Amino acid sequence: MSGILNSTIGRKFAMALSAFFLMIFLLQHFAINLLSVFSADTFNDVSHFMGTFWVIQYVMQPVLIFGVIFHFIMGFVLEIKNNKARNISYAKNNGSANSTWMSRNMIWSGAAILAFIVLHFIDFWIPEINTKYIVGDMSGLHNGEYRYFHELVEKFQNPLRVAAYVIAFVFLALHLLHGFSSAFQSVGANNKYTKGLKGFGKAYAIIIPLGFIFIALFHHFNH
Amino acid sequence: MNLTLKIWRQKDSKAKGQMVDYKVTDISEHMSFLEMMDVLNEQLVNSGEEPVAFDHDCREGICGMCSMHINGEAHGPDRGITTCQLHMRMFKDGDTITIEPWRATAFPVIKDLVVDRTAFERIQQAGGYISVNTSGNTQDANSIPISKHAADEAMDAATCIGCGACVASCKNSSAMLFVGAKVSQYALLPQGQVEAADRVRNMVEQMDKEGFGNCTNTGACEVECPKGISLENIARMNREYLAATFKG
Amino acid sequence: MALDSKVPKGSIKDKWTDYKNNINLVNPANKRHIDVIVVGTGLAGGSAAATLAELGYNVKAFAYQDSPRRAHSIAAQGGINAAKNYQGDGDSTYRLFYDTVKGGDYRSREANVYRLAEVSANIIDQCVAQGVPFARDYGGLLDNRSFGGVLVSRTFYAKGQTGQQLLLGAYSAMNRQIARGKIEMFNRHEMLDVVVVDGKARGIIARNLITGEIERHSAHAVVVGSGGYGNVYFLSTNAMGSNATAAWKIHKKGAYFANPCYTQIHPTCIPRSGDYQSKLTLMSESLRNDGRIWVPKNMEDVMAIREGRKKPTDLSEDERDYYLERRYPAFGNLVPRDVASRAAKERCDAGYGVNATGEAVYLDFASAFERYGKEQAKIHNIQNPSPAKIKELGQAIVEAKYGNLFQMYEKIVDQNPYETPMMIYPAVHYTMGGVWVDYNLMTTIPGCYCIGEANFSDHGANRLGASALMQGLADGYFVLPYTIGDYLSSDIRTGAISTDSKEFEEAEKEVTERINFFVNNKGTKSVDYFHKKLGKVMWDKAGMSRNAKGLTEAMAEIKAIREEFWKEVSVPGTADEMNPELEKAGRVADFLELGELFAKDALMRAESCGGHFREESAELDGPQKGEAKRNDKDFAFVAAWEYKGEPADAVLHKEELEFKDIELKQRSYK
Repeated sequence: MSGILNSTIGRKFAMALSAFFLMIFLLQHFAINLLSVFSADTFNDVSHFMGTFWVIQYVMQPVLIFGVIFHFIMGFVLEIKNNKARNISYAKNNGSANSTWMSRNMIWSGAAILAFIVLHFIDFWIPEINTKYIVGDMSGLHNGEYRYFHELVEKFQNPLRVAAYVIAFVFLALHLLHGFSSAFQSVGANNKYTKGLKGFGKAYAIIIPLGFIFIALFHHFNH
Repeated sequence: MNLTLKIWRQKDSKAKGQMVDYKVTDISEHMSFLEMMDVLNEQLVNSGEEPVAFDHDCREGICGMCSMHINGEAHGPDRGITTCQLHMRMFKDGDTITIEPWRATAFPVIKDLVVDRTAFERIQQAGGYISVNTSGNTQDANSIPISKHAADEAMDAATCIGCGACVASCKNSSAMLFVGAKVSQYALLPQGQVEAADRVRNMVEQMDKEGFGNCTNTGACEVECPKGISLENIARMNREYLAATFKG
Repeated sequence: MALDSKVPKGSIKDKWTDYKNNINLVNPANKRHIDVIVVGTGLAGGSAAATLAELGYNVKAFAYQDSPRRAHSIAAQGGINAAKNYQGDGDSTYRLFYDTVKGGDYRSREANVYRLAEVSANIIDQCVAQGVPFARDYGGLLDNRSFGGVLVSRTFYAKGQTGQQLLLGAYSAMNRQIARGKIEMFNRHEMLDVVVVDGKARGIIARNLITGEIERHSAHAVVVGSGGYGNVYFLSTNAMGSNATAAWKIHKKGAYFANPCYTQIHPTCIPRSGDYQSKLTLMSESLRNDGRIWVPKNMEDVMAIREGRKKPTDLSEDERDYYLERRYPAFGNLVPRDVASRAAKERCDAGYGVNATGEAVYLDFASAFERYGKEQAKIHNIQNPSPAKIKELGQAIVEAKYGNLFQMYEKIVDQNPYETPMMIYPAVHYTMGGVWVDYNLMTTIPGCYCIGEANFSDHGANRLGASALMQGLADGYFVLPYTIGDYLSSDIRTGAISTDSKEFEEAEKEVTERINFFVNNKGTKSVDYFHKKLGKVMWDKAGMSRNAKGLTEAMAEIKAIREEFWKEVSVPGTADEMNPELEKAGRVADFLELGELFAKDALMRAESCGGHFREESAELDGPQKGEAKRNDKDFAFVAAWEYKGEPADAVLHKEELEFKDIELKQRSYK
């Protein structure tokens, strides 16, 4: 059991587990964001709950941060190891003949997502942490109203930021198009029962990022 | 047809190699790819040059010896075949064909297009067998019925010819399709159960020691595999390995 | 030296059991001080190496490929025979024995064949225990199919890849011993001579094919399992590297070479397409279970097909000549291989060949599609199915049985065999002749054993389908491990064999000189040039049908080619590197000697038997008119040749064959 991360299969497994976690997180993040399209108040209420409930803040948030960092670091470690496994590269390699662009470029879609996360942290997460834990304002109020919806709308007024978000979500879709079914394969789920999962994975990989793009555009053009 | 060949030439394992251009003429479309290579070599021998060394033996797609990366693909552009079964009708007059050895750190080049694939042998020595002595007194072959489904699936895994196309095609030079096939064959049969946990642990450990990369599930191996070994075998190996590891 | 086959006394049923009960054994503590060299790692060599190592001997195994599992046994498609009688169709040890002796045209040694039939059932048990995934039926029990020349279903199979699966089984057993350190594996090594010390085989000289280094290896016994010599014909279904060198080297050092003229020409191979062809591809004999072989009845149709004016499917039933069914109503398309091959040649020689070279006949599955299709329609309750539907249903069944072979055919020929009949023609496939061995599988060099296809074996003058795998594994798993122990029991005090003796030195010197000759010779012609020339003589004059005139010419022509070879051969590169041309040169040099002995043997054997058909010896009238005529009065013997320098000077030793348990009869498949 110890040293499982030293084996290729162990690393695949760990990569897949962190991916599952991140995909579930993505789903709930999307669900909450989607509320902002229908009702500012519900969005505010849920956001405040998520931002102040201790289980989320002190248990899930660190786990999430660990998951994100682990997934990225492991991704880069794998890439370096895999590059070492071929010391001389082919003069001519026709990768598109046998595999998808997505599967061969997870490191680049991943890097794009990492860049996005940095932007996203600067936009939302750091100000949020600053307000709550540095300034010490846990009320979630601004001018007597919940500030969440307002902040969201405000961020999406800058067309450059919206464009960056849209591009990042395209990369996320590409990453998920391979990543979803890949994670199942890595944990050993590939049989007649999981064939349906592949279709579901494709839908997930397209609908979720598309949804995020929709939300960003919705707020950009509606306010 | 007339062709230009760009071939990797390398004197021995220590020498530095490079791509060299050759021309061949009057190639029949019914020739196999290796027969085209024979024509080139005959030409080289007759002009006093050293012929291109390449591995080949049965020339009917079963020994797994032939191993060329042709125009960027293991065993060339056709599917479900080895290099020796590739025919020149897949090419056109005037084509330029790039021919390289399998590329993987674990498969060092011996000469020209010949690589050392004994890493595969060491992986199998680590556990790719069922420990039964030859006695003539093993139980009757029909005393353990095995469902047709399991037997067929084991057979599908067992058809692997160990050519290394999976490693050559994989962007990570991962050997998981090969090892997965070998693990699966035994994992699917009742005879293989007794040693299953040790087998998968030891084989994976050896695979990692040999310096093959990590699988990232691109599926290139499955597409290029001349025997159509399925990715399910990798998934099965993952399950077997994880189960063996967590059981301790 | 008089030939002593050392067949034990007693009734045929008890010989092997009594033998095993009375031989000397080596105790386990002594086995670990005894070394055995095994050359070749196919079914025979691989299974022998694994079993000897399991017993405790130190085994050194040699393969010219990069792995034991690539030996050409891997290419065997159809199956392996065993007298299990799982189908309850009347099979028994005796019947397998009888079929094999009859199939071999009464030119094999009864006691060996009976032993083979006896251990056949153990092979299946052993292989299943190893995890060989044989085909099974829906009840989970092992499935069987039928092969040519027999009336029962006793062939076990793993799709069309039985040889591969059995070899992987033997290889896995080897791996277990390699991991234990009991087998030391020498991949990419070629044996270039045997070393005889004080009259006993004590080692070999081998070349490391990567570095070119010449190595000395010593042992208490040497086992050669290096396969057959079919590549003497240049074109055959053998692997490109298959060669006779190991067998020929031991012959030159004192092992007699038996029945070289017994060669199997397999009837169902893909026809040659041009001069550039490097090898021929076999289509499993199992196809004859469902395919019907024919050529057009009328010459006009033959011409029309060759010129592309007609397609084979355009010919109606009565315009076709199903010549095997016509000539052999009892066995039809399932006559033994030699009979089927000769019949194809007869039709093609008469001008009825259906491709541009005139050397092809049709193997047609149309009636199988129809038969299976109608059966399926009944099973699925389809009322009044259309012909198209029947064909579709039937094709699905044929695909399940032979899909991989059909795909292989399509890849090579670029024609869809589901739509148009396959074209086939006979090709050299297996050599029944080989190094002479006694009942112990020992050659005439004490301590030097020969197993599998490399020995003159149990197949007589013709081998039945699915028997080669059986023999290779029987020799390696169940026979040699006993017989070699009896010999080695006298070697327990010998101690390690030194490689510093003058015998090793001389053998190494000889090998080195020959290699140096090749790389230094300023010739003008490639090795393949000579190999192709030899192959053409062999095929034209010592092929499917032979006569005294042709064979005499062949001997002279081969000698001339050999002399030219030693003057004009050109081998690029050096001796101290990987040099495939150098490897080929050594092998072709040996084929050039073997070929001449082959022709000499064929010339001496003025009878027709099995794969050896002498035009002078055919039935002239009666119901068997045109069939091969055996001559038991003058030729019921094994011809074992002793090397005396030039192949033409080889001395014949006869081992008379006695048939006590089987009556000698004309082999009739009518």
